[in-house]
Amino acid sequence: MDELLVLENGRIIDPSSGVDSVGSLWIKNGKIVDAEDFVPSDARRIDVHGCWVVPGLIDMHVHLRDPGQEYKENVETGTNAAAAGGITAVACMPNTTPVNDCAEVTRYVLERAQGCRARVYPVGAVSRKSAGKEIADYAEMKDAGIVGVTDDGLPVIDSQLMRRAMEYAKSHGLFVMSHSEEYALSRGGCMNEGEVATRLGLKGIPNAAESIMVFRDIALAELTGCHVHFSHISTKESLDLIRQAKGRGAKVSAETSPHYFTLTDKAVEGYNTSAKMNPPLRSEEDRQAVIEALADGTLDAIATDHAPHTELEKDVEFDLAANGIIGLETSLSLSLELVREKKIDPARLVELMSVRPAQILGVRGGSLAPGDVADVTVIDPDAEFTYNVNMVVSKSKNSPFLDRALKGRAKLTIVDGRVVYQL
Amino acid sequence: MNENYQFKHRHIFGIEQMSSEDIQFILQTAASFKEISNRPIKKVPTLRGKTIINLFYEPSTRTRLSFEIAGKRLSADTFNISASTSSAQKGETLIDTVRNMQAMNPDIIVMRHSSSGAPNLIANKINASIINAGDGAHEHPSQGLLDMMTVLEKKQRLDGLKIAIIGDITHSRVARSDILGFTRMGSEVYLAGPATFIPPGIEKMGAKVCNSVAEAVTDADVVMALRIQKERQNDPLIPSLREYAIRYGINNRLLGLAKDDVVVMHPGPINRGVELNPDVADGKRSVILDQVTNGVAVRMALLYLVMGGEKGSEG
Repeated sequence: MDELLVLENGRIIDPSSGVDSVGSLWIKNGKIVDAEDFVPSDARRIDVHGCWVVPGLIDMHVHLRDPGQEYKENVETGTNAAAAGGITAVACMPNTTPVNDCAEVTRYVLERAQGCRARVYPVGAVSRKSAGKEIADYAEMKDAGIVGVTDDGLPVIDSQLMRRAMEYAKSHGLFVMSHSEEYALSRGGCMNEGEVATRLGLKGIPNAAESIMVFRDIALAELTGCHVHFSHISTKESLDLIRQAKGRGAKVSAETSPHYFTLTDKAVEGYNTSAKMNPPLRSEEDRQAVIEALADGTLDAIATDHAPHTELEKDVEFDLAANGIIGLETSLSLSLELVREKKIDPARLVELMSVRPAQILGVRGGSLAPGDVADVTVIDPDAEFTYNVNMVVSKSKNSPFLDRALKGRAKLTIVDGRVVYQL
Repeated sequence: MNENYQFKHRHIFGIEQMSSEDIQFILQTAASFKEISNRPIKKVPTLRGKTIINLFYEPSTRTRLSFEIAGKRLSADTFNISASTSSAQKGETLIDTVRNMQAMNPDIIVMRHSSSGAPNLIANKINASIINAGDGAHEHPSQGLLDMMTVLEKKQRLDGLKIAIIGDITHSRVARSDILGFTRMGSEVYLAGPATFIPPGIEKMGAKVCNSVAEAVTDADVVMALRIQKERQNDPLIPSLREYAIRYGINNRLLGLAKDDVVVMHPGPINRGVELNPDVADGKRSVILDQVTNGVAVRMALLYLVMGGEKGSEG
């Protein structure tokens, strides 16, 4: 028997086909279909009046901590958190224990993802054990299911290794995600360098620690012709470099995270370890530059860098605390703030959170055209709520946005035609 | 001072939390306690029955001894714990350590820690009052207060003075507490040192950054030299102690640019011949040992005030 679902009276926003109109979306057996392919009488009907119906959101930068640090998160809890945030697919970083640097680990992650509430796309390691010494076996990982490579969490310090990684990745149809950090400048730092760090007596990390490495990896992208994607971009200078590189036609793309366009380093005041991440929260000038780059296309994607940590890692001295915050459940709401402030329009939001991530990862989704996979997010842009610790779905609760009043959230998350989350 | 003024701080994290009235009140209280240390019987019953733990995660001679003497002269029971003898080496977290201490019901924990903000971390986990005895590069409030007390004694005022601080501001919690304190009391603070020692945005704390030591010292009422922290030489901050001593060390020739009644201060311990020429350290302008004496009085005042400023069992 056919599985039929119709979402009625929603505002369908599908930038890939230029659609932005009120109507119905028909889903049959996990695919978007035309109205005529549909037998309305036996369909499940959901009225989504007042809501936006958009291609399923894709978060291309997530730490699921599985295998190895399941006390922080695992594939199931992480994808549950994704579903609750309206996210239908995640790309998971390889800095697990062991590192995802071989087909066995890739397969393990994908097996764990079976039956979960969001699609999982593993990203493999650039170097074996992410030790920065020799490149990992990309071909066998690709066959097992990776979509790209990165040593995320660590920079690839050796420029020659990065060059070879790009060349080898390109041969196998993979892209390279750059965790851009010049370690000699960032080492020992625990927040943005500047007035706030000086007052708190914390060692700062200058913007140049990021942009120096962005510059290098743009140069290597142009040298090798490999597609390089810049992760978690936080500074004005990096964005200027990426904008120039794109202007020259370099094969580069870039993401930022909601915290970089929502918060500044002032959030660290009081030694708040929930505001500690790498790269660190930057200045107001950088925050404005990030917003501008989201609007003008310099940035391609909003990705969370969802980084679960427990109080073991976070309820400690600030300089000793782990970097990173959870983000899957707040990404959409925080991004909608930009829409309300008229920094970006709803179609651009969908490009940043679905269309471009699908293209960069080379995966299905990002579109609501008939025949496409039925990964759909229904957004209630007016739903107001206060994000509190009791509603956190992720195993870890390390968010600087706890107790923040938010507006707009996922009402329905649909993966493969199946409702995986309903508000 | 406003006659309705009340000291309201239960914890002392830094000068940043203090109003000019708070500072004035602490210094007045310290001045009233100072005389106790000159008595033949150097003890008053003010904090009798109170328990004070000096929890030191970093080496300290002067500050720890000063807090211990301050507590004992107020009749409190004081206990010293240093990182080398504590559970820190067994991997216990800071919060667990202080929760265990809390279970023994101390009234005050005086803490020194290498991590900026460590006192803030533990303050809301326990009932005892916390006094920061130096946290990372953040603040060293009792040092800032004893510096202000010493200057007030010598100059009879804290407003309208020119205070020059020379040295490694970046890594100095003393500099931060002094900048905040002296500017809050109406003085101007001038900083000098190589750019490797000047942290970005320090002007926002109210200090002025000078291009040369001479500029900072010219017409200064107070010249304070900071210790060169030799253990930081893995970060190339200065080429050599020799070059630093020649370019940035305080000597009598340099002091000729300052006001005639300039006083020279140093938070100790001194690297003789590096940041201070020995002639200066031992000279008539040096008030370094007055600082140490006042340290006891200031710490007595802080211990007394965080306990609510009320007398102990003897009323």
